[in-house]
Amino acid sequence: MREQIEGSRAIAQTVARCRPQVVPAYPITPQTHIVEAVGAMVKAGTLTPCEFITVESEFAAMSAAIGASAAGARTYTATASQGLLYMAEALFNASGMGLPVVMTVANRAIGAPINIWNDHSDSMSQRDCGWIQLYAEDNQAAVGLHVIAFRLAEELSLPVMVCVDGFVLTHAVEPIEVPAADVVDGYLPPFHPRQVLDPDDPITIGAMVGPEAYTEVRYLAHHQLNRARDRMPELAEEYALASGYRVSALSKYRVDGARVVIVTLGSVSGTIKDALDEVDDSVGLVTITLYRPFPADEIRAALACADHVIVLERAFAPGAGGVVAADVGAALSGLPTRVSTVVAGLGGRAVTKASVRGVIDDAKADRLPSLSFLDLRTDVIDHELARQAEADRPGPQTQALLRTAGVPASRIG
Amino acid sequence: MTTQGVKFYQVGSRAVGNRLLDPSLRTEQANPDRRNALNSGHRACQGCGEALAARYVVDAAVRATNGRLLAVNATGCLEVFSTPYPESSWQVPWLHSLFANAASVATGVSAALKASGRDDIRVLAQGGDGGTVDIGFACLSGMFERNDDVLYVCYDNEAYMNTGVQRSGATPPAARTATSEAVGPQPGNRFGTGKDMARIAMAHEIPYVATATVAELHDLEAKVERAMSMRGARYLHVLVPCPLGWGSAPSDTIRLARLAQRTGLFPLFEAEHGEVTSVQPIRGRVPVEEYLRPQKRYSHLFKDPPATAVIEAIQAIADRNIQRYGLLSEEA
Repeated sequence: MREQIEGSRAIAQTVARCRPQVVPAYPITPQTHIVEAVGAMVKAGTLTPCEFITVESEFAAMSAAIGASAAGARTYTATASQGLLYMAEALFNASGMGLPVVMTVANRAIGAPINIWNDHSDSMSQRDCGWIQLYAEDNQAAVGLHVIAFRLAEELSLPVMVCVDGFVLTHAVEPIEVPAADVVDGYLPPFHPRQVLDPDDPITIGAMVGPEAYTEVRYLAHHQLNRARDRMPELAEEYALASGYRVSALSKYRVDGARVVIVTLGSVSGTIKDALDEVDDSVGLVTITLYRPFPADEIRAALACADHVIVLERAFAPGAGGVVAADVGAALSGLPTRVSTVVAGLGGRAVTKASVRGVIDDAKADRLPSLSFLDLRTDVIDHELARQAEADRPGPQTQALLRTAGVPASRIG
Repeated sequence: MTTQGVKFYQVGSRAVGNRLLDPSLRTEQANPDRRNALNSGHRACQGCGEALAARYVVDAAVRATNGRLLAVNATGCLEVFSTPYPESSWQVPWLHSLFANAASVATGVSAALKASGRDDIRVLAQGGDGGTVDIGFACLSGMFERNDDVLYVCYDNEAYMNTGVQRSGATPPAARTATSEAVGPQPGNRFGTGKDMARIAMAHEIPYVATATVAELHDLEAKVERAMSMRGARYLHVLVPCPLGWGSAPSDTIRLARLAQRTGLFPLFEAEHGEVTSVQPIRGRVPVEEYLRPQKRYSHLFKDPPATAVIEAIQAIADRNIQRYGLLSEEA
């Protein structure tokens, strides 16, 4: 049954129905509503048995999750932005040890300058930490992905990040169907790990490995992660049969016959679909849900007929360009397809239908550069660059920008 | 065949020989059926105080819990020398994650055991002084503050030995390390720095805090036993001389640990809920010079002329400990 509910609360209720046994939690905006709601359920006794641990940092949260998972407990936590970066060392450790922790990342920008609003800089910075990464297109997908994530994690013995756009999804109140308890119970069996800390069967976990075997260990991690490429769509299909809601590893919209195809991740796909509905059939959209492991073959097949691929992403690699675009470009290697990167929606700047329409018009008129920043205020940039050209000393740019150009970030529409 | 006469007393101490004790009071190491939690064949240096302490601590903890024990380890010497792939010296379930997070990992393990109805199994976390007082400090303080059901043991050899003897927040004043070199007008580690981790632990008012050394192994075992009789966050700080880092003879490990206690530089005490409940009085007090002189990390103090003022300043630290904990009260 659909109910009017906040995205975070729907995620929390879904996670609770997955019966996590340990939830270490540390607050960070915009993730807090999720762990607050989980904590309240534990305290009220409606989620039991479950240990809700209010740790002192995100590093401790992921570390406690590692310990709990190694001791055989189904483990969940949530974070965002700086918190994800503060966990970075433990993220690699959890995947390296094959611990099936499930974590929500309420996507948010990274400072400096400090910014609490949505983009994908946080999870993209950790794309190579060995976790499965799923990006939710909307809140209905977000709740389903969490249920799938536990099943996928525990089957493959790998941790999963469910990336949900901060505020845009986490704080949106809209009709969402939280999967029913019997649906989740039927889909997700209890967690019985093959290897667990047990006094009756003492094992050493986390031993040192030298040059003689490290490469093989890493290769096997790659091999294991790649298994999710096939398994995730199968589990998503099974979930669709159980719940009535389908989540695709890679979803296509108006791609058949399209000469220009936009590729994106997350909630911005909804805006892009609205924009596409107002133009002719020559433009389509591919939305990546399963980003790690990267579905290169599926991407190549989906984009094979396009002349021009536009990767619209909410993150970028300074000094290089697109992050997802680099993966897409590699997937298309050998094809004559042109790939452009549009960096959009950084730090919460709204990606409007009108702006997306502008991108489409530029592409059709063959004036979209290989790398562009959507809605970049060139007047502010030109002013600041001119000022810097006259300056005789180096210094930070943020404060100068605000001083000389007002507050451009206040213009979000 | 060579024979050796029975010694009833260990030379240079007043510790009673193990074989004179009632069997129930003997060290777990005298038990032929002990777990041997840290098995032979590991890569520790000759005379390693940490290996000795860990063997006693973990075996005593195994005994105290009837074998229902899981161990978590921080990165460091103990982790490196005990688990070179594909070998492991550990005869207990053992988990190593990172350098800074042993306390948090142990918290997670403890929570998992509770949530799965297996809290008859107990959790021991171990780390060196760097992993405890420096990089792991926040995680440890959090574990204390939440009173998580973990015994955390710090094996303190007073520097980052695993990386080549660099200064830590537990390095004593004047000690030479690779990052507090014996050069310049004030050679060795600066005065007025460092953390007294046992007292910091006490400030969290956790159920149990104790200090111990490898010179008093019965005492060390008794403190592990006491700690495992309680629930909640417990902390044991064990002084473990490091021949490599201290520039001491491997055969002097026990002697130096004993001298650290008998000078007053390393007071032995127990505390419950923030209050000191017992101290081990110093019998046969010695000046700090006797402790400092055999260690090359202090050799710059004993050149010609000796650094008398520095030695006096170290003596003042020992005197302060003696006064603070009343370490001479029984003898006086």
